Amino acid sequence: MPTSILESATSPPAANGSAPLPEISLLHEQWLQFRKSKSALFGLLLIVIFFLLALFAPALAPDDPLRQHLPASLTGPLQGGYLLGSDDLGRDILSRILFGSRISLMVGAISVSISLVAGGVVGLVAGYFGGTLDLVVMRGIDVMMAFPSILLAIVICATLGPSLQNAMIAIGVIGIPSIARVIRASVLAEKELDYVTAERSLGASHLRLIFSAILPNCVAPIIVQGTLAYAGAIISAASLSFLGLGAQPPAPEWGAMVSSGKEYISTAWWVITFPGLAILFAVLGFNLLGDGLRDVLDPRMKE
Amino acid sequence: MAENGTCVLSVEDLHTYFYTQRGIVKAVNGVSFAVDRGRTLCLVGESGCGKSVAALSIMRLITTPPGKIVRGSIQFEGRDLLGLDPEEMRRVRGRRISMIFQEPMTSLNPVFKIGRQIGEMFTYHEGMRPREARRKAIELLALVGIPAPELRVDDYPHQLSGGMRQRVMIAMALASPDPGLLIADEPTTALDVTIQAQILELLRDLQQRIGVSILLITHNMGVVVEMADDVAVLYAGRKVEAARTKELLISPCHPYTRGLLNSIPGNPKYRGAARLESIPGSVPSLAGLGEGCPFENRCLLARAVCRERFPEEQAVSGTHSVWCHFADAPAAADR
Repeated sequence: MPTSILESATSPPAANGSAPLPEISLLHEQWLQFRKSKSALFGLLLIVIFFLLALFAPALAPDDPLRQHLPASLTGPLQGGYLLGSDDLGRDILSRILFGSRISLMVGAISVSISLVAGGVVGLVAGYFGGTLDLVVMRGIDVMMAFPSILLAIVICATLGPSLQNAMIAIGVIGIPSIARVIRASVLAEKELDYVTAERSLGASHLRLIFSAILPNCVAPIIVQGTLAYAGAIISAASLSFLGLGAQPPAPEWGAMVSSGKEYISTAWWVITFPGLAILFAVLGFNLLGDGLRDVLDPRMKE
Repeated sequence: MAENGTCVLSVEDLHTYFYTQRGIVKAVNGVSFAVDRGRTLCLVGESGCGKSVAALSIMRLITTPPGKIVRGSIQFEGRDLLGLDPEEMRRVRGRRISMIFQEPMTSLNPVFKIGRQIGEMFTYHEGMRPREARRKAIELLALVGIPAPELRVDDYPHQLSGGMRQRVMIAMALASPDPGLLIADEPTTALDVTIQAQILELLRDLQQRIGVSILLITHNMGVVVEMADDVAVLYAGRKVEAARTKELLISPCHPYTRGLLNSIPGNPKYRGAARLESIPGSVPSLAGLGEGCPFENRCLLARAVCRERFPEEQAVSGTHSVWCHFADAPAAADR
């Protein structure tokens, strides 16, 4: 029965077609779902605020974060023109927190990038090729995980020398295991799916299968894990700076500010409290956002 | 079955084994078949008879370990595919041999638009520019009968129905300047019946237009009747009968083939019969099969010799062979 290809081209939609749905993009749909979660929205709001503060810190800050004014040291909040008080060297705490947000967000971004790239490659390769390679690599990751992460960061920082740059490297390294595991797990699931075999049957190389076929399908868990790792990186950076291994004075880093303020905790509570709250809200924001994204992006959560 | 040098693919004595903890599973155990240029060969058999493994062996997509092509030869256009290094084999896939799979719902990458997935065949294999590739993708979508291809090209797989996705898969398989062989592994099994008919029609039509040879794998005798020029019946990793489709339908010689044909609901022989015939028993476990005929435990003709050794080829005619010790026994004997 020689039906022409054009005839068969016009018949299927009748048998097969679906009523035209209102055009709604996947992204839009996910946003609608994301919007339902109040805590996720709150997290997003916090992060947007922090990014705006960091971006416009020079305009918003009432003072130079490094300018000392010893006669006005340890002035309380709302006194002498200091909205959040001044520290032991008479520097404006509000300005320091604003500029500190730049440091914290940058540390987070850079160290999470390090974790994502290194952990991503390890996870992808181990998951895709499997076998002995997987075994060896993942046991190495297990060894890294066996250390308490902050201890490992301290070791790396102490070895490389205390500086903000080395703190970022250290935090990036301690983030590798969790990222590698998450990515490996999703690669293991994805690579068994038919579309991978289909693309292989169409002549795709290993490199192409890994990065062009499988990786885009693992983006959801990567985004979630990356957001949560961002929160972890901020708190780790603050911890390292608190211990004197990260940002060095006079940099307005939140952890370093808490550290220098701890001596005055009984007489000048504001010196330690406000940077501490900044850390709290930044970390809270990223964690809430990460949880919200997980609810939206994890297919298991969908009906 | 190969005749007068027009054979595109010739598989000889293929053995693909899986080394599992419970023993060696001989999924394909000495199977030979050939696909002639511009014709369709159907591999038929129940689930687990080795059809898909044979197809994946041709593509060299058997997961190793546990699977391994133990011996045999796969000649494609005069080259032995088993002798190619991985890079050469990769270049054969997608350009000269393509494959479409049973599950159109999962065989497309969910995160990319279909136009991009089809277009990639051109940008990747032929270094075509993206805009050009997109135009070719639209052309191919039109060729496989997708309405409004210039709109559908920007759809994601989840926006398409199963039949549409299978058409997209076929389009990808044909996205080669010179497709020599299309392997279709149960291309219609996951689709509903009306869509099945459309997809088969499409394959047949494309074959006429571009002269591609098709190796069609199916368990559905109806599909064989519709599509095949030649048929090879597989059972438990062995080929038991091979013939032109017409010959096989008119005079099946192997008791298993007869059983298969008898269990088609529409078979006129049974019009009015109270019950549909079926073959007693089920496919034996492929692990630890003996040297004998694998159908022996379900076969009503079986004698001691069947358990001892697998029969030699018996030619019924120039194009019809059967592997059975009692192939010439009267057909009535197995009922």
